[in-house]
Amino acid sequence: MAVAVLELANISKHFGAIQAVSDVSLSLHAGEVVGLMGDNGAGKSTLVKMIAGNFRPSHGKMLLEGTELVLHRPVEARQHGIEIVYQDLALCDNLTAAANVFLGRELRRGVGPLRILDYKAMYRRAGEIFKELKSETRARDLVKQMSGGQRQAVAIARTMLSEAKIVLMDEPTAAISVRQVAEVLNLIRELRERGIAVVLISHRMPDVFDVATRVVVMRRGRKVADKPIAATSPEEVTGLITGAIEQV
Amino acid sequence: MAITLDRAIGERQRGWLASMLGSQAFWVLLAVILACIFLSFATDSFATPKNLYNITRNFTFVAIIALGMTLVIITGGIDLSVGSVLCLCSMILAVVMNAGYSIEVGIAASVATALIIGAFNGLMIAYLGFPPFVITLGMLSIARSLAMVASNNTVVFQFGPDHDTLLALGGGAWFLGIANPVLYMIVLALLTGFVLRWTKFGRYVFAIGGNEHAATLTGVPVRRIKVIVYMISALSAGIAGIIQTGWLGAVTTNIGAGMELQVIAAAVIGGANLAGGVGTASGALIGAALIEVIRNSLGLLGINAFWQGTFIGGAIVFAVLFDRIRNVRQSE
Repeated sequence: MAVAVLELANISKHFGAIQAVSDVSLSLHAGEVVGLMGDNGAGKSTLVKMIAGNFRPSHGKMLLEGTELVLHRPVEARQHGIEIVYQDLALCDNLTAAANVFLGRELRRGVGPLRILDYKAMYRRAGEIFKELKSETRARDLVKQMSGGQRQAVAIARTMLSEAKIVLMDEPTAAISVRQVAEVLNLIRELRERGIAVVLISHRMPDVFDVATRVVVMRRGRKVADKPIAATSPEEVTGLITGAIEQV
Repeated sequence: MAITLDRAIGERQRGWLASMLGSQAFWVLLAVILACIFLSFATDSFATPKNLYNITRNFTFVAIIALGMTLVIITGGIDLSVGSVLCLCSMILAVVMNAGYSIEVGIAASVATALIIGAFNGLMIAYLGFPPFVITLGMLSIARSLAMVASNNTVVFQFGPDHDTLLALGGGAWFLGIANPVLYMIVLALLTGFVLRWTKFGRYVFAIGGNEHAATLTGVPVRRIKVIVYMISALSAGIAGIIQTGWLGAVTTNIGAGMELQVIAAAVIGGANLAGGVGTASGALIGAALIEVIRNSLGLLGINAFWQGTFIGGAIVFAVLFDRIRNVRQSE
C-alpha cells in the first residue's frame, strides 16, 4: 500500500491531569473518508484539533507523507495541505460566495503597493470549484441568501483553493435539512473522488455509513475500533460508542 | 445538466438596477434631490449661489468624519470621540502655529495627535477587548479636556507667520470656484470608496463586520485591521479639524461638541448598519448632505430651529425603516 497521507503514531494529549486522548495510532490514505465517531468528550475534537494545528500532542508523532509534522498554529496546517471545515462554517454573511472562498487568500492584480482585488479571477475560480463540486452555488451571490447546502459548498470550496491533501470536517450535517444533508454528502463524495483524504466527525450514523469508507470509534480518549465500513454495522458502532462492546 | 449548472453558477442574482433600487443611499439621495427641487421653488433664497456655497461647505466637515466613521461602523464598532478629537486637533494646530511654528509643523503635530489617539482607541479595543462604546466615550471626555489644557481654555485666532496660508487652505476656493473643503471631501470620499472596494484591507473591514470569528479563523489579521480603522477615524476627525480651523479662522474649546452624533447619523442615514458589515463612502456623503439640507431648509422656510432635532431624528428612523422593511420581506 502507498505511503499514508497522514500517520498518527501513539498520539496522546493531556490537559493537566485530564487525559483527553491516549495512545491513538491512525493512518489516513488518499481518497479515503474516515468517519470519526464517539460520544461527547470521547476525544474526537481534541484529536482533530491536533491535526489542524490548534493543539500540540503531549506524546507521539504525526507523519505527513512519511515526514514528521510539527504544527504550532492552524495556518501552518493549511500550508501543509490540511484544511478544516468548521462546524459553524466560519462564513461572512455580508460577503459574496467568492469573497468567502478567498477570504484571507484574495487574488490581486497589479504591481507593488497598487495591487487591487481581482474580482474577475476570483469569480471565475470560485465558479469552477462550485462546478467541480456539482453544486448550484453562484459565486456572485451573498452568502446571506443561501441555503444550508450552498453554505456548506462555500465552506468546502475554500478547502479546494489550494492542493489540499486532507480535509477535516466537524459535524457538517448537524444542523441542516434532510435534502441539504444529501447535498453535503455528495460534496464529500466529490472530495473523495479527487483523491483527498477526508475525516468526518459526525454523530449521525446514517451519514457515516453512507459516505465513509472506514469508521474509527473513540471512547474515553482511546481508539476502540478502526474498521472498513463494510465489516461493521450501525449496531456494532453504537455498542462501541456507548461501551456496551469493549473493543474490537 | 452541465449547461444548466454552468448557467446557474455564472448567473447573477441581482442586476445593477435591482441593487441600486435596493440601496438605502439611493433613496436618500433621491430625497435630497427632491428636497432641493422643492426648496428652489418654495423659497427665493435656496437656489442662490451664496446659499448653495454655504450648504456644500457646511456639510463637508460632518461628511469627512462620516467617511472614517463608516469604516468603524462597518467593522461593527463605533467611535464617539470624533467631535472631541476634532477639537483637540484644531487646538494643537492653533497652539503650535500661534507659538510661531510653520503650518507644516502645525499640521504634522495635529495629524500625529489624531493618529496617537486613534491608535490608543484601537489598541484598547482590539487587544484588551474594551467595548468600542466605552473606550471612545472615555476619549470623548479626555480629548476635549486636553484641548482646554493646551489652550488654557482661550480662543486662538492668531496663527503665527503662516496665518494667511492656513486661512486660504480652509477658506479658499482654488478650483472652479468650489470651496476647498468640498474638494478635500471629494478626494477623501473617492479614496475611501476605492479602499473599500478594491483593496484587501477594505475586504477585511467588511469581513470583520460580517463575522469576526470567521475572519480570525481564515487568517484575517483582525486586531491589526481594527487598530488601523480607529486610526483612520481619528485621522478623518483631525483632517476635518485642520480644514475647519482654516475656514473659521479661530478655534474655541467647544467646536465639534456633539458632532459625533451628527456624524453617526450621517453614516446611518447613508446606509451604514450599526450591527456591522454594511456601509459605503458615497452613503456617508449623501447622509451628511441630507442632514444639512434639512437644517438649511428649516431656516429658509421660517420654521423654528427647535424643530431641527425632530426632523433629523425622523430622517434617521425613516432611512433605517426602509432597510428593516426590506429585511422583513426577505426573511419571509
